[in-house]
Amino acid sequence: MEMYISPEYEVVRDHDRCIACRVCERQCANGVHTFDADSGRMVADSAKCVNCHRCVCLCPTHALKIVKSEDTYKHNANWDNRTINEIYKQANSGGVLLSSMGNPNPYPIFWDKLLINASQVTNPSIDPLREPMETRLWLGKRSAKVERDARGKLKNTLAPQLRLEVPILFSAMSYGSISYNAHESLARAAEELGTYYNTGEGGLHRDFYRFPNTIVQVASGRFGVFKDYLEHAAAIEIKMGQGAKPGIGGHLPGAKITEDVAETRMIPQGSDAISPAPHHDIYSIEDLRQLVCSLKEATDYKKPVIVKVAAVHNAAAIASGIARSGADIIAIDGFRGGTGAAPTRIRDNVGIPIELALAQVDQRLREEGIRDEVSIIAGGSIRSSADVVKAIALGADACYIGTAALLALGCHLCRSCQSGLCNWGIATQRPDLVKRLNPDIGYKRLVNLVTAWKHEIEEMMGGMGINSIEALRGNRLMLRGIGLNDRELGLLGVRYAGENM
Amino acid sequence: MLKEGTFRNPSGCAVVGVIDRSGGLMSGEGMIEAIEVMHDRSNGLGGGFAGYGIYPHYKDFYAFHLFYDGKKAQTETEEFICRHFEIVYSSEIQTRKVAGVTDEPLIFRYFLAPLPQKLSRSHLDEREYVARCVNRINAQIDGAYVFSSGKNMGIFKGVGYPEDVGRFYRLEEYAGYAWTCHGRYPTNTPGWWGGSHPFGLLDFSVVHNGEISSYDANRRYIEMFGYKCTLHTDTEVITYIIDYLVRRRGLTLEETAHVIAASFWSTIAGKEESAREQETLLRRMFPSLLVTGPFSIILGYTGGLMALGDRLKLRSTVCAEKGDLAYISSEESAIRRIQPSLDRVFAPAGGEPVIYELYDKGGLA
Amino acid sequence: MKRIYVNEKWCLGCHLCEYECAFAATGLDDMVKALKGRPIHPKIRVEDAGEVHFAVNCRQCKDPVCVRRCISGALTKGEDGVVRIDREKCVGCLTCVLVCPYGAVMPAPDGHAAMKCQLCTDNVCGEPNCVRHCPNQAIVFEERA
Repeated sequence: MEMYISPEYEVVRDHDRCIACRVCERQCANGVHTFDADSGRMVADSAKCVNCHRCVCLCPTHALKIVKSEDTYKHNANWDNRTINEIYKQANSGGVLLSSMGNPNPYPIFWDKLLINASQVTNPSIDPLREPMETRLWLGKRSAKVERDARGKLKNTLAPQLRLEVPILFSAMSYGSISYNAHESLARAAEELGTYYNTGEGGLHRDFYRFPNTIVQVASGRFGVFKDYLEHAAAIEIKMGQGAKPGIGGHLPGAKITEDVAETRMIPQGSDAISPAPHHDIYSIEDLRQLVCSLKEATDYKKPVIVKVAAVHNAAAIASGIARSGADIIAIDGFRGGTGAAPTRIRDNVGIPIELALAQVDQRLREEGIRDEVSIIAGGSIRSSADVVKAIALGADACYIGTAALLALGCHLCRSCQSGLCNWGIATQRPDLVKRLNPDIGYKRLVNLVTAWKHEIEEMMGGMGINSIEALRGNRLMLRGIGLNDRELGLLGVRYAGENM
Repeated sequence: MLKEGTFRNPSGCAVVGVIDRSGGLMSGEGMIEAIEVMHDRSNGLGGGFAGYGIYPHYKDFYAFHLFYDGKKAQTETEEFICRHFEIVYSSEIQTRKVAGVTDEPLIFRYFLAPLPQKLSRSHLDEREYVARCVNRINAQIDGAYVFSSGKNMGIFKGVGYPEDVGRFYRLEEYAGYAWTCHGRYPTNTPGWWGGSHPFGLLDFSVVHNGEISSYDANRRYIEMFGYKCTLHTDTEVITYIIDYLVRRRGLTLEETAHVIAASFWSTIAGKEESAREQETLLRRMFPSLLVTGPFSIILGYTGGLMALGDRLKLRSTVCAEKGDLAYISSEESAIRRIQPSLDRVFAPAGGEPVIYELYDKGGLA
Repeated sequence: MKRIYVNEKWCLGCHLCEYECAFAATGLDDMVKALKGRPIHPKIRVEDAGEVHFAVNCRQCKDPVCVRRCISGALTKGEDGVVRIDREKCVGCLTCVLVCPYGAVMPAPDGHAAMKCQLCTDNVCGEPNCVRHCPNQAIVFEERA
């Protein structure tokens, strides 16, 4: 441990309550807790603590808490503790700082500055407990020709679409960055919910070929991409970028490349899996079109192709290019999106908020008359059903959730995924830790979360007098801004709270 | 207060319509009597009528009805019209003074034929050409508003109670095979003549009672296809949706109804295979044109009327038949007023269109 | 009958079940008061061998050896299938401890009798406390064919 850095968090034990059962000791992969036989008491080394709360949650007598250390450097509004510590770390290691999960810095959260409408008097709200309330939708191209057969019946000229029972999908998280059990939980939950999970760029474990609701990713490293992989997919996602680290490829430390992960990724065991920053066969939009078409050709035009991009300054123009590339769906990932490992500077400083990117992409595609060429999936920190409703009202077809899904599985956002020592059995490949996530429990918790959100979405829709999620899509009059300036309102395409319809 | 069209304006209302399926002609007086019964469903801030078959002598020409705020707008508009159409006949629309109708704009009527050269140079279908001209006048000429633009049909509307507006326009002097009427109860307006209903585009006219919750989803979608929702009313966007689906995409009226007031997925699942496939396909192709929230509309078109209510049936609609005559109304009382004895009276299910057409449509279209 | 089953695949070796078992036996409502500073005598024991962990307790056998070998008639299998010890009848010979093939019967802390898991039918919990508090559902209470 770096000697210059004092522990950020402090493990506080109430010795009056501690019965020295040693559960905390057995459950901490970081070795924070030990039993001192001489005193008969548990002791803790706070310097090793990542604040994952595993010990706190499992302590049967609630004798533990983790608090922010009061220890501080001399107060300095410019050089805060974190900034100083990062300097120490780099002075010690000479390396790029690595972080995990989404950007934690206090940038504005536009979701929290948008308010949702409800019906009063002039039209009725709808009670989802007593009336049908539809959250089903189809993702993909809608730009089909009206053609009729000899009997005058409409022919199905639609490109393949994905059917979702709820406007929420689990976003890309690779096997390797997360555990087998986490993947199994996601896959089973997606199947039960009538939605999809996403392999990320880690390939698809053969055990999961049985799931019909897998979105497989083709990323710049092409890990695990081969015939069977594409054939067992419901849809194929080309990962051009990720909100947590726009402009660079994936990072998976060698420690997480176990035998099983190596086989699934088709790379040597123990080697760092660093995807190239760009796809080296895509240096321009016309190259993207070729990859889209190649993947469609390879899968007989039966599967929708998603192109995932990070929300960056030029998002609208990029989306316009993608919409004309033959892709069926655009996934936009905001700068708060999670990751299993990213350079800290990139995670915290590159990209733009999903709310602004989404609003601009939707508006641009409409202005160009090509909104029907693609569906839009918004991701990058969707935290609640209200965020989903706001995203759809801004123009999304559906939302990706990643961090929220991991939280449902037990993640406590300690942001130490890159260490591979996840005490919750999620972001780890160590067998003794992986088994801490029992998929029977995990999948049920995911189903519960999304079901709860679905109920809440239905309640909010009903309040607006809307009984199909499709009538909410792009329905920006259902939103009002609060605490936003004119420029922000303009970019989001919403009026200020109190302004009339 | 803002002028109508600069903000979204939902309203409650009364609608009524009648058609003689044998093609017999009726004066507008019946409609006036019927809507008068539903006086309390309006609030004096708007009323209007659409009559079909009323211009038999000019049936091959587009009948434009225009409001002008002043002579300047008229001059500018007529210059525009002359650049794009041959004016076959034009005149001020005859009105009479009625106590409840005030502040009327200049109201003119033109029978028009597109200039052949201009039309062919535009590479547009004739009706699309006319529709675009209407949009341009309405969007670009300040103080001018085309409120009717079909062939052998006309819309008459204004601010006031509908029965007063009908008498103002001397509708007893017109004879048509079908009429619709609208009494308006806007919740949000100073009342503007152009904002009254029916709303028309080419020979489509729509009267609507309700306040749709899907408005901005529908508007932002339909505006992709060149429509400009300048009035910010439900009726306007519904008319554009119908025009888009029927005229530009070639759907039938039944198919259009299954887009606008699509059956619930659970209902579709219980239908026989062919219907299930067709309705599923329509919902997958045009999901953004699903209209939610309460509405009951009467669509008028050359040769017929269609009644359609929202899929939850949040607004009342009554249909009735007597011999060749068919009636659609917000309330049965309005129909009984003009036809006390009826062969059949029924309330159509939410989302199920009721279509009444001339037995013989030959020569009309 | 419903029995306690342990799935080794999900047993983390956290030993929480032992503490929950001991706590249940005290009849108290505060674990600190019940267990603080005292040795525990659980009737479920987690066996650890490297990465393998397995919680062991009475299987409520169909034909329990302990019952057959009990010299005082203290051990009986009830109609509900639960194997119980009557402390009044137990003479503390510990034959049952010796014959149980699973090591699921053990001397009671007072040394005068044997004790074993009675599925928490003998305390206020009503259902097995180890099952209720297993953080990974490795211990289940269910009917199996």
